[in-house]
Amino acid sequence: MRAGGVTEGGTTLGVKTGAWRNFRPVRDEMKCKRGCEPVAIGRLERFVADWELENGLRIPEKAEPTGKKVAVVGSGPAGLTIAAELAKKGHEVTILETLHKPGGVLVYGIPEFRLPKRIVEAEVEYVKKLGVNIMTDVIVGKTLTVDDLLEEYDAVFLGTGAGLPLLLGIPGENLAGIYSANEFLIRINLMKAYAFPEYDTPIKVGKKVAVIGGGNVAMDAARCALRLGAEEVSIVYRRSEEEMPARREEIERAREEGIRFVTLTQPVRFIGEEKVEGMECIRMELGEPDESGRRRPVPVEGSNFTMEVDQVIIAIGQRPNPLVMRTTEGLDYDRRRGIVIADSMGRTSKEGVFAGGDVTTGAATVIAAMGAGKRAAEAIDKFLRGE
Amino acid sequence: MARILEKTELAPDIKEMVVDAPLIARKAEPGQFVIVVVDDKGERIPLTIADFDREKGTITIVFLEIGKTTMKLGRLNAGEEIAHLTGPLGNPSEIPEDETIVFVGGGVGTAAVYPIARKAKKSNEIISIIGARTKDALIWEDRMRSVSDELIVTTDDGSYGRKGVVTEPLKELLEEKKVDRVVAIGPAIMMKFVALTTKPYGVKTIASLNPIMVDGSGMCGACRVQVGGVTKFACVDGPEFDAHEVDFDLLMKRLSTYREEEELAKKLFVEGG
Ligand SMILES: Cc1cc2nc3c(=O)[nH]c(=O)nc-3n(C[C@H](O)[C@H](O)[C@H](O)COP(=O)(O)OP(=O)(O)OC[C@H]3O[C@@H](n4cnc5c(N)ncnc54)[C@H](O)[C@@H]3O)c2cc1C
Ligand SMILES: Cc1cc2nc3c(=O)[nH]c(=O)nc-3n(C[C@H](O)[C@H](O)[C@H](O)COP(=O)(O)OP(=O)(O)OC[C@H]3O[C@@H](n4cnc5c(N)ncnc54)[C@H](O)[C@@H]3O)c2cc1C
Ligand code: FES
Repeated sequence: MRAGGVTEGGTTLGVKTGAWRNFRPVRDEMKCKRGCEPVAIGRLERFVADWELENGLRIPEKAEPTGKKVAVVGSGPAGLTIAAELAKKGHEVTILETLHKPGGVLVYGIPEFRLPKRIVEAEVEYVKKLGVNIMTDVIVGKTLTVDDLLEEYDAVFLGTGAGLPLLLGIPGENLAGIYSANEFLIRINLMKAYAFPEYDTPIKVGKKVAVIGGGNVAMDAARCALRLGAEEVSIVYRRSEEEMPARREEIERAREEGIRFVTLTQPVRFIGEEKVEGMECIRMELGEPDESGRRRPVPVEGSNFTMEVDQVIIAIGQRPNPLVMRTTEGLDYDRRRGIVIADSMGRTSKEGVFAGGDVTTGAATVIAAMGAGKRAAEAIDKFLRGE
Repeated sequence: MARILEKTELAPDIKEMVVDAPLIARKAEPGQFVIVVVDDKGERIPLTIADFDREKGTITIVFLEIGKTTMKLGRLNAGEEIAHLTGPLGNPSEIPEDETIVFVGGGVGTAAVYPIARKAKKSNEIISIIGARTKDALIWEDRMRSVSDELIVTTDDGSYGRKGVVTEPLKELLEEKKVDRVVAIGPAIMMKFVALTTKPYGVKTIASLNPIMVDGSGMCGACRVQVGGVTKFACVDGPEFDAHEVDFDLLMKRLSTYREEEELAKKLFVEGG
């Protein structure tokens, strides 16, 4: 048996490749900080090394067609998982995706060196072979609303993820040369800007790059910048390394590759004329634990200093895009956290509308999104059978 | 995939295309745009929905061939397909009632003004000023005339209409009569000067901003603009904003981020035939 074990009837993404088993929810990781190193995407590379595409795509038994139609909004791990599950149960499934390629964060966010795109493509192929129709270039809330979908489909699943980048809200943040991690990663991964000018989308890579944040996204952005030829890449994080939300393995890899870690440091202002040239920072020290259980960073008065940078990538988190929430009558959402409210089975306040993955939890993990897709598939199946 | 149904050359470097896009046409409103990906290696670029026909299920785009992507698009012919088309994106224009509105269109911006003026015409007095470099680059004059109570044309070189820039007749109008609102769409520099022209008169002025975009749906922040000191994402918060509050200099700096890369891509494309 291969990594993760290939078993019929598991979640699709895991079923065929087993690869996705290697993801661990962040919360578990925090519990077992140092002792049990989580496997996570890193291990994927080894698995991928002996993963053969020519293994072919096995199509599991499909139930008799039920005549029921389901629309799945978003093609990330949550959407792909639920689409495959429902197709296997005999329902007719259509995925609607706003981008021009399906896969969600797996295609636009996670870099090729951690997750080769051909694997995601193979998974998408598998879902298509199950009879799922994938419509790209459809932005729900604009091209069609959820209420439009409910006229044509018996149920709707929202797996729209957490794609809205958070910014620092400090002076100078809109100077040229300052990117959200999403923009930087979308240009590289989805648009293949690393292959410019063969591909049309350009990207800038600075000599001195600062990546703000301490999560997996920050590590990915930093490692991408280094691969694209930046001379010096620094991760700038307001707490200490101990508190970084990124997986230890990712932090270690980043360090091995030569990324600098500037911790207990927070930018307060960006400086530049035509584009960003510097970043004024303040030193931080750790105070009392906050609601996350981590010690709160407190600015050290008078400790301001300037870092010379010519590119900044802001990776301080993402939130769900409010578009679908704002355009769907009767869909309850948590305005403060910006997430759709759903129970553990993905049922929302609106009849026939289900949700799961990052859109209901805020940015989380691939495994969590797949699990949510699986559970919601059960709930939708029951709903469609009138149970 | 979206099939090109008709293609018209409006000027040597300006093309109009009618594209089969029933889902987009059904929802399109004046002021909105689409994201276009010309082919599999293409970038995502925003183009305004210059017209739409809900019954026929078509939208019209008008574009200036300024760089590689718009040149590639311009080489496609009727019957061929655009790889990807998404929309309608952005917010529809706010259409007031019983106002005197001056629409200002610069270059291909005139095509973007047209659907807004057409809708606004039903309940407002419309004066339009459209400008171009030269006579040959002037587009949609007839269409604009049909939706305006008065139309003023300017060309930079004086080859047609009034010689000069759009802000000159605009200033005269502001002196002469009560204008309730000015709507400007065109190059950033034009919109900046329109805003500076109207500011002393205290006339509400709207600009449709054209920053660099990628997804067009709020995911990347490439389209960040500063309005009244606050960061906005033009694709979801705009593209129309209060022009007196917009930091146009910042917009222009951000627009020039990829100047070198754009020059290179264009050069290679043109040389490659
Ligand atoms: C750079 C990066 C690295 C990461 N690394 C890891 C890791 O190592 N391990 C791990 O477990 N997790 C990681 N994550 C988190 C993980 O990728 C997400 O938790 C997971 O992808 C969430 O899945 P999802 O299906 O809920 O949403 P997404 O993957 O975000 O997919 C949502 C999809 O919906 C589409 N969409 C959004 N709005 C609309 C709309 N209105 N209409 C139509 N389509 C829409 C989006 O375009 C997108 O394709 C990482 C995330 C990022 C950004
Ligand atoms: C909401 C909106 C609506 C627009 N509507 C129209 C329209 O109807 N007709 C029209 O001709 N143009 C329109 N534009 C501008 C058009 O998107 C750019 O001219 C086009 O992207 C240029 O691409 P290129 O590869 O041909 O040229 P490039 O050589 O790549 O760029 C030329 C210039 O265009 C701008 N630009 C480059 N890439 C982008 C991008 N991804 N997004 C936005 N601007 C970019 C930059 O200022 C650049 O210097 C619109 C822009 C926006 C934001
Ligand atoms: S274009 Fe990406 S957020 Fe506006």
